Amino acid sequence: MNLADSTQAMNNLLGSEADSQRTLYPYVTGTSVVGIKYKDGILLAADMGGSYGSTLRYKTVERLKPVGKHSIIGASGEISDFQEIMRYLDELILYDNMWDDGNSLGPKEVHNYLTRMMYNRRNKFNPLWNSLVLGGVKNGQKYLGTVSMIGVHYEDNHVATGFGNHLARPILRDEWHENLTFEEGVKLLEKCMRVLLYRDRSAVNKLQIAKITEAGVTISQPYALKTSWDLSAFKNPTAGAEGSW
Amino acid sequence: MDVSSGDVNGPHSMGTTIIGVTYDGGVVLGADSRTSTGMYVANRASDKITQLTDNVYVCRSGSAADSQIVSDYVRYFLHQHTIQLGQPSTVKVAANLVRLLSYSNKNMLQTGLIVGGWDKYEGGKIYGIPLGGTVLELPFTIGGSGSSYLYGFFDQAWKEGMTREEAEQLVVKAVSLAIARDGASGGVVRTVTINKDGVTRKFYAGDTLPLWHEELEPQNSLLDTLSAASPEPMIS
Repeated sequence: MNLADSTQAMNNLLGSEADSQRTLYPYVTGTSVVGIKYKDGILLAADMGGSYGSTLRYKTVERLKPVGKHSIIGASGEISDFQEIMRYLDELILYDNMWDDGNSLGPKEVHNYLTRMMYNRRNKFNPLWNSLVLGGVKNGQKYLGTVSMIGVHYEDNHVATGFGNHLARPILRDEWHENLTFEEGVKLLEKCMRVLLYRDRSAVNKLQIAKITEAGVTISQPYALKTSWDLSAFKNPTAGAEGSW
Repeated sequence: MDVSSGDVNGPHSMGTTIIGVTYDGGVVLGADSRTSTGMYVANRASDKITQLTDNVYVCRSGSAADSQIVSDYVRYFLHQHTIQLGQPSTVKVAANLVRLLSYSNKNMLQTGLIVGGWDKYEGGKIYGIPLGGTVLELPFTIGGSGSSYLYGFFDQAWKEGMTREEAEQLVVKAVSLAIARDGASGGVVRTVTINKDGVTRKFYAGDTLPLWHEELEPQNSLLDTLSAASPEPMIS
């Protein structure tokens, strides 16, 4: 009996479909981003997949981008929303540069801007469907933070989005330490990305690693990881147990 | 975190790629090895090609539980049938037993199966048994969610009267192509070849499969290319 009322109320809250564009569900999505602090700065890793539902549709999507001189951003979730976020960020940096006052936005400020953007969109029931990682170095201070599509934000020594939270962070909790060298950091990230490749359905074997230090930003060329399939248990798993998996 | 929505009333696509192909003298069955629960890969090296008798195997797709219980029942019935018959059962009998279970429980089961084998009367035969319990005897058939990506490929690449090697290569190539595009398929390619001489299981691991469009040669680490190449292999 109250169904009609609540539907009407909900419709008023949500507005009609024709009025506005709202992201109801994502279409082309990127999966996990993993980030760690290391001795000289920050390392981010993300694969280059853009999934369309369960189809691995696009395999050369750049999900790690520099922001100004001092930050890098990594995004998972809806790719079109990430592209929109990049337009906003590029505009932010441009206006900052136009002051020409010798000051420049650091990672902490960019992270805060992203947080406000995500939270305010969430409050209007029209979220940007992304989970973001923002890392950077300014004046010797390392910064690594994350923002979710509903505006949840925090900083830490290692962060991840999506499946990375469940698969990569336990590895990082165990093996991360202060003052990792670049080589150690890359090896650690590759260990995480390999596990994600095995266990995340939307992972793709083509990734990039981004590094940011006081000197600046570099993003690696795309490359693929070797995987291991020759454990004896994999060869004949159902020998003696027909019908099992 | 990710919401995958869609038409919840539409036919459920199954997480797998399975293939059955006849050749001159026998059959080749092929499958990927990924079992997923939602977006998590629960088993990256599963064996989806299950034995029913010495000469008949079945490729399973869809619900792991449903396909396992159906194949368990059919194996049990076929065992009794073989004893009573006094000789190896035919592939057609195996397929019909699967049909009896799939058809009469069509409202509850969600599994698509490919039955393949060799018997002395008909030689190598493949039967496709999709959702609902239809049985179709076919020269080749594909199933599972990954099969969507292979209809065009098979339309072009399938030929009557292939040799054993050609059939095996076709199956491995096809499963590998499906793995490249279907998130629900992955891992290794398993094949089972059945003919008058018996059964051969093969296993093609990730790195031994061909590379397709936009796929790169795997390497141990980024550090290998960084030290090998000079100045800036990293671009900003």
